[in-house]
Amino acid sequence: MAKTLYDKLWDSHLVQQRDDGSALIYIDRHLLHEVTSPQAFEGLRMAGRQPWRLDANLATPDHNVPTDYAERSGGVAAIQDPVSQIQVQTLDDNCKAFDIVEFEINDRRQGIVHVIGPELGATLPGMTVVCGDSHTATHGALGALAHGIGTSEVEHVLATQCLIQQKMKNMLVRVDGTLLPGVTAKDVVLAVIGHIGTAGGNGFAIEFGGEVIRGLSMEGRMTVCNMAIEAGARVGMVAVDQSTIDYVRGRPYAPTGEQWELAESAWRELHSDSDAHFDAVIELRGEDIFPQVTWGTSPEMVLPVDGTVPDPAAISDAGQRDAVERALKYMGLQGGMAITDIRPQKVFIGSCTNSRIEDLRAAAAVVKGYKVDAGINQALVVPGSGIVKEQAEAEGLDKIFIEAGLEWREPGCSMCLAMNADKLEPGEHCASTSNRNFEGRQGFGGRTHLVSPAMAAAAAIAGHFVDVREWEMKS
Amino acid sequence: MRAFTVETGLVAPMDRANVDTDMIIPKQFLKSIKRSGFGPNLFDEQRYLDEGQPGRDNSQRPLNPDFPLNAARYQGASVLLARDNFGCGSSREHAPWALDDYGFRCVIAPSYADIFYNNCFKNGLLPIVLDAAIVEQLFQQMYANEGYQLTIDLERQVVITSAGDEMAFEVDAFRKHCLLHGLDEIGLTLEQADAIRTYETGWRQQSPWLFDVIQ
Ligand code: SF4
Repeated sequence: MAKTLYDKLWDSHLVQQRDDGSALIYIDRHLLHEVTSPQAFEGLRMAGRQPWRLDANLATPDHNVPTDYAERSGGVAAIQDPVSQIQVQTLDDNCKAFDIVEFEINDRRQGIVHVIGPELGATLPGMTVVCGDSHTATHGALGALAHGIGTSEVEHVLATQCLIQQKMKNMLVRVDGTLLPGVTAKDVVLAVIGHIGTAGGNGFAIEFGGEVIRGLSMEGRMTVCNMAIEAGARVGMVAVDQSTIDYVRGRPYAPTGEQWELAESAWRELHSDSDAHFDAVIELRGEDIFPQVTWGTSPEMVLPVDGTVPDPAAISDAGQRDAVERALKYMGLQGGMAITDIRPQKVFIGSCTNSRIEDLRAAAAVVKGYKVDAGINQALVVPGSGIVKEQAEAEGLDKIFIEAGLEWREPGCSMCLAMNADKLEPGEHCASTSNRNFEGRQGFGGRTHLVSPAMAAAAAIAGHFVDVREWEMKS
Repeated sequence: MRAFTVETGLVAPMDRANVDTDMIIPKQFLKSIKRSGFGPNLFDEQRYLDEGQPGRDNSQRPLNPDFPLNAARYQGASVLLARDNFGCGSSREHAPWALDDYGFRCVIAPSYADIFYNNCFKNGLLPIVLDAAIVEQLFQQMYANEGYQLTIDLERQVVITSAGDEMAFEVDAFRKHCLLHGLDEIGLTLEQADAIRTYETGWRQQSPWLFDVIQ
């Protein structure tokens, strides 16, 4: 029978199918970080259990780590927020106690879990990958079955190497045609979310396909899969092709020699069969996608940069009008105003969505030779990992940012969710390359606008949102 | 895990769609390394007028008078009535922990985000899906009647009003079984250890590059 990519990954990891519809699924890679793991380790201890398979686990602190060099260089002991410090320390202690490999705070391989997994070859095509974090779908860009889990499941995976799962339905999101210059993977996925809504993918595993997706770099595909959860889907993935193989080859944990040959031939099968059945198919054209900016408090509240903020008076459905009014009030925006009239006071370039080397290159190209606008209180660039940081510095990107007036930081989640010192002040607008614009996400009362790295960079220089397609690069 | 069989309780509203996990429990409270104590900070940003911090005495903070859970009539509620896509956003289990710690045993909504829905069952919290039209009716009845209660009978899979009207709901058989008996899923899975080992041996032969790499 013809199978989708998801069907193939599911079938190859099925340990036991039960009559009640649930199944036991084997997990190849488990990534851990400091926020969702302490209670899981505690649970293991209380039950007197040991991890099932140590080498399946890899840990790193990312959510709470300071990104300011002075504070960061002192390691765990120097973390000023005592609660963050305890959490990072607890991860170190648990990994030592249970013998799990961890890249500690100042290891060069430390970084956001979803950046370091693919970068190190710790996540590979054909794997099942889980992490106590909803953006785990990122790893699906490699043709893996990857999704976020809760803390009880973190404990379950540690103890049993399995998860109890219900099979999801299959959705294909196909983006054909070509992208206009200046339009990026971030704009594609924001447009998809705008199209199907934040609940559109509930209950589905989404496969992203079509010419546009195939034409994206691996990092671009990671950006797209990263935000599957913002469309309601736990799983986002892209079929393996030559780009996947080329990306994985030579990574530190990737197979070599004869193992590589075996792996590569298995990976070449990781695509949906041509006649496979999808329960839902969504189609978009690349040419129709413009640079996107969110205006509200949900990722589906998104518009092309040349758009105007919705006017509640023009909405007939009472529920919708209510939601729009509430969002506008929180965001401090007027219905009908142009997106390009929104003026951010902060800019954040980073997060597991957009903190890889290509993202930083795109942002640097825009700011090169310019200065940050006087209306911007702070513009942060936070690389996704120590390795991304090294690479960016080797290319001189750090200098371009610093000369333009942006701050160059140490790797971590940072202002994506503001669990460390990097936050918005109440009422501040932020041009952010992260993935969530929920109320308070980047700081109490903060107002997030999700955009691509190039769009965030352009907003930092112009002081308001601009169409990056019209940007004059000084290179 | 605490068992869930029959629950009769006061109903309180969270009357908006797309209530996300950041709203249920803001991220500054994720820094705890414990499972309990999140109740006072449930819906923190809506509930209080100032910014909450872990370790702060919540009884001294200014309450938002417009937030329903602060109204006298909803004190002691154990059933939360909500709208579409409840629990969207992150995978943090702190969201069901906070609802549970506050005293909720059950949420009723037209739909949930997948991860949140799943996490509820692992913490003895029952997320019930009812038709949007029925949920709307329940909202109206609740607003019209102070002290409005509902009974949830998990064994029979029905929500019962005090007038005796019954509304059936669906629940996956395995999850129902675990919840009814308060079963520990890890213990159940470990009963299948032989099946896991057999699978693992076969998978290792087929995909040796996935094993012993990270050490
Ligand atoms: S960067 Fe943001 S979304 Fe990604 S893992 Fe960190 S906190 Fe979560």
